[in-house]
Amino acid sequence: MYVAVKGGEQAIANAHRWLADRRRGDRDRPELEVAQIGDQLRLAVDRVMSEASLYDPELAALAFKQASGDLTEAVFLLRAYRTTLPRLAVSEPLDTASMRIERRISATYKDIPGGQILGPTYDYTHRLLDFLQLAGAEVPAAEIREEVTEAEACPQILELLNDEGLVEQEIDDGSEPADITRDPPDYPMDRAARLQMLARGDEGYLLALGYSTQRGYGRNHPFAGEIRLGQVEVEIHVDEWDETICVGEIALSECQMINQFGGSREAAPQFTRGYGLAFGHNERKTMAMALVDRALRAEELGEPIIGPAQQAEFVLAHADSVDASGFVSHLKLPHYVDFQSELDLLRRLRREHAARQAELDGTRDTASPQQEER
Amino acid sequence: MNDTSRGARQRLLALSTRERIEACWTALDAVPAHRCVRGPETGMAMLKGRTGGTGNAFHLGEMTLTRASVALDDGTLGHGWVRGRDHRHAELIALADAVAQHAEWQQKLETHVLAPLAEELAERQRRDAATAAATRVDFFTLVRGE
Repeated sequence: MYVAVKGGEQAIANAHRWLADRRRGDRDRPELEVAQIGDQLRLAVDRVMSEASLYDPELAALAFKQASGDLTEAVFLLRAYRTTLPRLAVSEPLDTASMRIERRISATYKDIPGGQILGPTYDYTHRLLDFLQLAGAEVPAAEIREEVTEAEACPQILELLNDEGLVEQEIDDGSEPADITRDPPDYPMDRAARLQMLARGDEGYLLALGYSTQRGYGRNHPFAGEIRLGQVEVEIHVDEWDETICVGEIALSECQMINQFGGSREAAPQFTRGYGLAFGHNERKTMAMALVDRALRAEELGEPIIGPAQQAEFVLAHADSVDASGFVSHLKLPHYVDFQSELDLLRRLRREHAARQAELDGTRDTASPQQEER
Repeated sequence: MNDTSRGARQRLLALSTRERIEACWTALDAVPAHRCVRGPETGMAMLKGRTGGTGNAFHLGEMTLTRASVALDDGTLGHGWVRGRDHRHAELIALADAVAQHAEWQQKLETHVLAPLAEELAERQRRDAATAAATRVDFFTLVRGE
């Protein structure tokens, strides 16, 4: 039986009006500007861009505001907007070695060319609530080392310090990567496609999976070889000039994880690697991504698959928050007919069960009265 | 005009803000009339990363990108591209590309637009580097024992 579900237009309109009213909040206070969000809540903006898989700080800030600060909803909004735009170009691979460094650290080598640069970090803060911010205290400007006239070159540490061949090298074989936005994911998936899915994956989910490898569910002994955050120029090839041109720059975070040895009869033991790359300042995300990337190489490196983080199809098919929240949220849609049929089925099963019981009781004791069917 | 300076100009204007380009343009007199022949239109560029920074390419995600092509009254074409959704920004880059193809404009463009913007970009990047440098760790070694 089909039951048309209609009505509720006025209720929906009023619900959305109430939502907008709540979002606006106390009218005696100034309304939050999108530009303020982009400026002062930039880590939220970066996370939205990263998981929406669309770099546009202003639109990510708008999505964050529109979603009242619900990051998953904001990711959904920006991802949906993405589908309205045509693709005009595909960039040259981003050259993270030439990044204008804001932060760059290594936990494996102390003295590195270009140095250890802490950048704007929450590390080493005491995680005590700062009540001065509640009181609206003035904030001093960042310290500047005026004598510095240009950035010192910061080469990729894993490339630089590898004369002995102790660390696995990443070499471009020129292969054209899959694009999961054009071709549906197919398992087993190669590393390029896996990295694309991880790059848009939910940070909390990747963090939990990365953590699980550290706790023993697919241990791979990681070290943070290098983490860098900064600005990278984007280059595209244009037919009009038959030339590669710069169209602007974007903020990126990158994590190069060094992990315990792989080796075989042919190849000498060497450190293996996991890689994380994300839009904006997303350090935790890139670390988690690098751990999971490495875990997903278990099969390639001949390791036993004993943890959830090593199971590619499980990890990748559930990493996208838009997919996940969409399917969970659909449970709120009217299921009146579905549920009605379940009710009918359940009632029939119970009737049959009662009848069988009665039959059994009857054979045991013919004197007992039949229970009335409901 | 050779290709290198064309690419360098496109880069400089893409890394400058629209407000600053516009301010420099107004300092010029008699900017040639032009019309848009394509766009400005906003779409996306798919960005590629490299596994481990040096290995095989993979698709990282997309960014918004705007492009414009303009024609001067004499038919000279100019093209511009810029990250984001600012139509006017892309149009100004295309306009600069078009007028730069005229010898009498090259010098004016260089003096009033490109040179000041290049200086500002260099200073902005120097300040960024100097700010980062202030957070650079100077290690010293503790002497144990004695």
